[in-house]
Amino acid sequence: MHLMKNRSLVSIDDLSTREILRILDLAEEFEKQPTQKLLEGKVAATLFFEPSTRTRLSFESAISRLGGKIIGFSDSSSTSVSKGETLNDTIRTVSNYCDLIVMRHPIEGSARFASEIAGIPVINAGDGANQHPTQTLLDLFSIRKTQGTLDNLNIFLVGDLKYGRTVHSLLLAMARWKTTFNFISPDELRMPDEYKLFLDSFGLKYYEHTDFTDIISKADIIYMTRVQRERFSDPIEYEKVKNVYVLRNSMLKNTKPTMRILHPLPRVNEIHTDVDHNSKAYYFEQALNGVYTRQAILCTLLGIK
Amino acid sequence: MKEPKQLSVSAIQNGTVIDHVPANTLFKVIKILRLDHIDNQITFGTNLESKKLGRKAIIKISGIFFEDEDINRIALVAPDAKLNIIKDYEVVEKRVVQVPDSITGIARCMNPKCITNFETVTTKFKVVSKKNVALKCHYCEKITTQDNLQII
Repeated sequence: MHLMKNRSLVSIDDLSTREILRILDLAEEFEKQPTQKLLEGKVAATLFFEPSTRTRLSFESAISRLGGKIIGFSDSSSTSVSKGETLNDTIRTVSNYCDLIVMRHPIEGSARFASEIAGIPVINAGDGANQHPTQTLLDLFSIRKTQGTLDNLNIFLVGDLKYGRTVHSLLLAMARWKTTFNFISPDELRMPDEYKLFLDSFGLKYYEHTDFTDIISKADIIYMTRVQRERFSDPIEYEKVKNVYVLRNSMLKNTKPTMRILHPLPRVNEIHTDVDHNSKAYYFEQALNGVYTRQAILCTLLGIK
Repeated sequence: MKEPKQLSVSAIQNGTVIDHVPANTLFKVIKILRLDHIDNQITFGTNLESKKLGRKAIIKISGIFFEDEDINRIALVAPDAKLNIIKDYEVVEKRVVQVPDSITGIARCMNPKCITNFETVTTKFKVVSKKNVALKCHYCEKITTQDNLQII
């Protein structure tokens, strides 16, 4: 069932629900047996035109555990891009050297463009503010693993809901499973209308709040994101709200025993370190799940599993 | 004495007349249809009175008959345009333009951070709204609205 062989993964919308579930099932297999020499003899290029520690290391770990070799760069300043080479030329050249490309690039749409000229599968590891589908897949894996299902969950999205690429992709993906959403953000960083209209079109429920309320006890998943100072036009507004969106251990008392806290990382101060030892804190395991999910994605796109 | 009927733009024997083009998008239509690159005889009239458009433009092109696919490209800037197909000075067919489902290589993506504004990439859009034209970029997935529409 190599539905996706030789296809690229640019946007979460490229995948049918069946294909998403197949990747999650495969990721479960890799969780049980992470070291499998399925990429032996294969070369994967990790082209990071802008820095990203977690995503790059997670991919490189996934490729290494599968026995594949890695070429690439983590900063475009050491490459011919700094000499003025176009993305077109870089991709056409590098695609001769490898079986698959993992790419992060600051320009939006760069991954779709690369996938059209590469001739080999391209995995989008983030194209500016646009898409980051492997993050969404590892989030779905983490949600299903901790809740046992993706159906009928109550998901709390917290922090920067206006600019947060990960929360938008997660919302678009979770809308396939009758999810209820609670949005918790300062007024300036509210969920954009286009996403609310999208949920309306599916008849899904969502509620908006400006602070953590008593309904936190209803949450199945709390997905935290960082509220960044530079997003505020008025620094006083930032000062007013900066501590409102910090999750502390004391706030978790009445939450469901099965509730789990996710965060795409890096965290700065939005989850207090006193939460780390709570069994409901799941963000570091979530990062580990990223390796299994990426192993599943690599094998799927290469038609190996 | 009755005034003789005068055509503002002289008649053609065989070809296509594109009428009801908004006066302010005449040159965009010329660009989209690449009329500035052909040798056929073409006559234009612009700032003509129109009850519907206020001021309209008209284009008469000798010896050229357009495919629907080509002519629909002008729907972005001249949604009310009407085509008269002329043979032997007679109108043999009338056609209207329709906004297509997708647009390739005519419009610019309004997102300054889109790859199509950095590299030589032919733009591609899915038309997500035909009434008030809204285009979703195939690359960056952002929406370009009619007000921000720029013809390449």
